[in-house]
Amino acid sequence: MTASSPSPLRRWLPWVLIVAAGLILPIVLPPFRLNLLGRFLSLGIVALGIDLIWGFTGMLSLGQGIFFALGGYAIGMFLSLDNLEPGKLPEFFDLYGVKELPGFWQPFASPLFTFFAIWVIPAVVAGLLGFLVFRNRIKGVYFSILTQAALLVFFNFFNGQQKLINGTNGLKTDTARIFGELVGSDLMQRYLFVITVVLTVGAWLLCRWLTTGRFGDALIAIRDDEPRMRFTGYNPTTYKTLVFAVAGGLAGVSGALYTVQSGIISPQFMAVPFSIEMVIWVAVGGRGTLIGAVLGAVVINYAKSLVSEQLPETWLFIQGGLFLLVVTALPDGLVGWWRLGGPAKLQAMVGWPPRTATYPSLDLDPALRSEQGEGKP
Amino acid sequence: MDLLYETLFNGLAIGSVLVLAALGLAVVFGLMGVINMAHGELMMLGAYTTYVVQNLFKEGPLEALFPIYILVAIPLAFLVSGLAGLLLEKTVIRRLYGRPLETLLATWGVSLILQQFVRSVSSAFMVGLLLAVALGVLFPLFSPKGLWQQRWTPILGVMSWLVAGLIGVATASALGANRALDQPWFSARNLEVSAPGWLRGAIDFGGVTMPTARLFIIALSLLALLAVNWFLQKSVWGIRIRAVTQNRPMSDCLGIPTQTVDALTFLVGSGLAGVAGVAVTLLGSVGPNLGGNYIVDCFMVVVLGGVGKLLGTVVAALSIGVLSYVIGSGSLLLVWPGMPAGMNELITFFATTSMAKVLVFILIVVFLQFKPAGLFPPKGRLVEA
Repeated sequence: MTASSPSPLRRWLPWVLIVAAGLILPIVLPPFRLNLLGRFLSLGIVALGIDLIWGFTGMLSLGQGIFFALGGYAIGMFLSLDNLEPGKLPEFFDLYGVKELPGFWQPFASPLFTFFAIWVIPAVVAGLLGFLVFRNRIKGVYFSILTQAALLVFFNFFNGQQKLINGTNGLKTDTARIFGELVGSDLMQRYLFVITVVLTVGAWLLCRWLTTGRFGDALIAIRDDEPRMRFTGYNPTTYKTLVFAVAGGLAGVSGALYTVQSGIISPQFMAVPFSIEMVIWVAVGGRGTLIGAVLGAVVINYAKSLVSEQLPETWLFIQGGLFLLVVTALPDGLVGWWRLGGPAKLQAMVGWPPRTATYPSLDLDPALRSEQGEGKP
Repeated sequence: MDLLYETLFNGLAIGSVLVLAALGLAVVFGLMGVINMAHGELMMLGAYTTYVVQNLFKEGPLEALFPIYILVAIPLAFLVSGLAGLLLEKTVIRRLYGRPLETLLATWGVSLILQQFVRSVSSAFMVGLLLAVALGVLFPLFSPKGLWQQRWTPILGVMSWLVAGLIGVATASALGANRALDQPWFSARNLEVSAPGWLRGAIDFGGVTMPTARLFIIALSLLALLAVNWFLQKSVWGIRIRAVTQNRPMSDCLGIPTQTVDALTFLVGSGLAGVAGVAVTLLGSVGPNLGGNYIVDCFMVVVLGGVGKLLGTVVAALSIGVLSYVIGSGSLLLVWPGMPAGMNELITFFATTSMAKVLVFILIVVFLQFKPAGLFPPKGRLVEA
């Protein structure tokens, strides 16, 4: 790293912008758009987790929906139980003739337990699943397929168990109350937006901290050459399990935030396409660039909601094209392309090469500029 | 006892479909390390081909031949899916060689496009699409060569395709004003394919009823298996495919055209998906989501069966098929009524199609704890890549 440290302005500007956005947007944006932005920001958190395990560690999980939905169900169950008259059950239980609250629902009546359950349960499930898979050195495509199969299994389970968690219909949260205020009300949604902004920044800081130190080096070592890392005396399984659990916990938080802002949690969040969509947010934003993951999630989802409002049947074409385009033409994603000198190359292409200190061919070569990346995939 | 045989037979039929579907996937994965997420959609193309062939034979001059339309549909489905797969290999997968995870994402994108394609394809849509592709391909051929040697050539390329695409969209929407041309060919509905009469009956074999459609599926997959086995073991190109599977750089050095081998393998693997699509029409209706129902099961077959042996694929597919069916139908209870109460409850809990999948997946994960490389791992010492 020979680059001088950024000027104070560049260093503090993002933070000023974030704080300003967190304070001003809830006031100026109409409730509907604010709610959309809040949802997409919370999806940015699950994207951060995927970036950790895919962008930095090289494991492509197609099953993050499991952990996302587990977090969502945790808060959904809490909200269903909260403010119930004593002795009564959430309404849907009547439909299936269930008279007694199933045992695993009991602890979710406590806010404290739920607060931890939102991120601990997904993290533990992820850690367990990850350990069983990584222990056998199953990796690459096999790992991706297994996570996808696990996702389908969870989907089938939650979809089929009406008597336990209301099956396909899911749990509604927008008519529940926290502190006497409707979760779906505009005021509550504004608070939730601010909470989402704070948690997204927190998740980003956590990932930043994880990826810059020795732990981050270990992750990148696993991505780039796992056997060599093992021969050097490290045990990749521990690192992989740990980082997979962290990503699972992040997904849980993200799912809980998304649930309270969209008003429902259903097995659809465990559907196969949704989890693959999450991966494409990261790919478009830029693998291995944390900010790219959040940006990708927000931008793509915004585009999706715009296109779906106008021309619903074209969205699948656009999404499919996006997959192809990113993979073949833009492997570093938008942020990666920017950092690796994409704009300068574009300038040179149209005939206005930027001023360079040495030969343009040297200065514009991404391979020679790689010290800028946080870790080029 | 008859009930047991019947259950096993039905499970075997489900397993045979899986064999057909997973065969192509396994061959391609073994050779190129590519997981083709669009494999299910190639099956779907095969199923839609069957539907079209059936409609052709339903009335008109070919009506008399309706009973054997399915024999026409099989090679046609092979051809349609195979060519679609070939196109996919030539345009996308070839660029991603050695990047399996990226290939996975790209083929998923292709599967989304194919799904929406069968939903919204209409005459107007097709004309627009063909026009756009023709313009995009022909423009570089019929424009001055000098244009394609500039530093801004990449931008020109992107722009020319964009313009071609816009012209295509404009044409399609202009033609779409005509009601007849705007009519979708298949739409998003599920379509029924009616099997010929001889596939609708059942054969009674010593008290065991066997629907002929399922017998046909079993025979078809057996035939496909034999054909693939012969092709890989005896034919020149099959031997080349096996050589490349074992050692790509060495085969290349010895003069085997590896790129042609890749293309051929993809064609055969995708064609087999098409044949599986024909078989699927005998079990249920045809719809845009048909592929998604089978694809994860096929992946499980590949994971469980390991790479490089046909036998692994067959055993894995049959055991997954039979197990899911036996557990899902809950027929263990009928076969063995006197089992302990605890067991009884457990089996009832898993006795739906979706819960059976849950149990089978758990069993697979447990199995992989003991044999991580699948049922028949490759022999010898392999350097971990």
